[in-house]
Amino acid sequence: MTGIVEYIKDVFGALKSLWTGMKVTGYYFVHPKEIVTEQYPENRETLKMFDRFKGELTMPHNEKNEHKCTSCGICEMNCPNGSIEVISKFETIDGKKKKMLDTYIYHLEMCTFCDLCVKTCPSSAIEFAQTFEHAVWDRSELTKKLNKQDSVCSKDIKE
Amino acid sequence: MIEAITGIKDSEQEYFINMGPQHPSTHGVLRLVVNLEGEIVKSLVPHCGYIHRGIEKMCEKDTYQQVIHLTDRLDYLSAHINNEAVCLLVENALEVEVSDRIKYIRTIMAELNRIASHQLWWAAFGMDMGALTTFFYGLRDREYILNIFEQTTGGRLLQSYNRPGGLMNDIHPDFVKKIKEFIVHFRKKLPEYDELLTGNVIFHNRTRNIGTLTRENAINYGVTGPSGRASNFACDVRKKYPYSAYDKVDFKEILFTEGDSLARYQVRVAEMWESMKILEQLVDGIPEGPFMMKMKPVIKLPVGEYYQRVEAARGEFGVYVISTGEKNPYRVKFRSPGLANLSTLNHLSPNVKIADLVAIMGSLDLVIPDIDR
Repeated sequence: MTGIVEYIKDVFGALKSLWTGMKVTGYYFVHPKEIVTEQYPENRETLKMFDRFKGELTMPHNEKNEHKCTSCGICEMNCPNGSIEVISKFETIDGKKKKMLDTYIYHLEMCTFCDLCVKTCPSSAIEFAQTFEHAVWDRSELTKKLNKQDSVCSKDIKE
Repeated sequence: MIEAITGIKDSEQEYFINMGPQHPSTHGVLRLVVNLEGEIVKSLVPHCGYIHRGIEKMCEKDTYQQVIHLTDRLDYLSAHINNEAVCLLVENALEVEVSDRIKYIRTIMAELNRIASHQLWWAAFGMDMGALTTFFYGLRDREYILNIFEQTTGGRLLQSYNRPGGLMNDIHPDFVKKIKEFIVHFRKKLPEYDELLTGNVIFHNRTRNIGTLTRENAINYGVTGPSGRASNFACDVRKKYPYSAYDKVDFKEILFTEGDSLARYQVRVAEMWESMKILEQLVDGIPEGPFMMKMKPVIKLPVGEYYQRVEAARGEFGVYVISTGEKNPYRVKFRSPGLANLSTLNHLSPNVKIADLVAIMGSLDLVIPDIDR
């Protein structure tokens, strides 16, 4: 007799446990406003990433087409996976030979976004942008030149 | 020939199948060669190495600052805790005392990371059992934590927020407010987890008395973390060898005696409550101070061997470094919790059904990049 009672108890306990679970899903079924999914490609205009989000490395230029990079190569040295190549040139200004930035190459395909280059840069010449749609058709497009055409270092101008 | 085939009885037919490397319930590229008799597992051999990247070897060419970003990629669900292990090792070797602010923030981050990891585990475990709904509910709450991470560290999954001697950035002004919001939100939502899975009769039948691990075997196999604590093996590094701010907070070490898959589940759900308690104690009293101590730009550890252990979301994570006084380590060895937990699988699996094998694997919470490194 107790066996039957236990059996019936088990059945009703099982049904109750299923019902409590269904109550949760049922609640969200009738409260669609509490569902938090985002419609991604449609909300592109309103989607704003946080300021510190590490999207891709950029070199900010001011309106006079000047950047702050002195071509010291500390970022290249600190990069753990060789995503940065700093190619410098030597120019003579006022009879003095000076090291200047020729090309700043950034390999987005190798970057692991560890932030070491930005943190160790002594002149704050580079920073991370908040862009995140990096898909391209060809891998070579991921290798980027960060300094703009004919740009100069702002520190060289002052001297 | 025909006589030879028909002579074999069904019960004598043993065969091998490959579970993985591309199997959704192995959570990555783990290949299990399972010896089956009908539907019953006789034995199994895990084959690792599909995602071996040689991280320990890569560390040997890197400086100590650069090693940090590689430890993210071991157990990516407790990336912050892995970072912390290397940072603590370097700081202890150099005898640098970091400020209380750094300790507090590190502990808060580690606990947030633990909750996020357990949430994803809960989501995926339900999915392994055939309940797809849990996956969305788990990820919904994890999104709150990832937003906190993203706002302060700039990374969602792999933060690389710790560095030897401190942190990358100071915390965001909204950091404390957002954590408080999260705690209020998650205290409301965590009972839903219990309603959906913990009390569910199907879930109970799938997990109770499946893959029972005794205390002796948990110690013998070196199973740590929630999987070990489910077998009544008190192995919490946070309690035994407190680091960062864990000696200042009051929390319970969750212990269960059953040792089956259900106990391993219950430990993790209870740990989420405990982690929230730790967060509540710390979040209001983050002391003032520098977020980065003064360190030399090139860190060179004194000659010697160093070991540092921390409690990652899956168990004890250890870093062993031999230094010859150079700027990069001579040898790095990671003691990953995943590999030790995987080693019990062959012990737990004989005479279970193949669907139960999925339950055992899910409850051990294996992360494959952690196993292969």
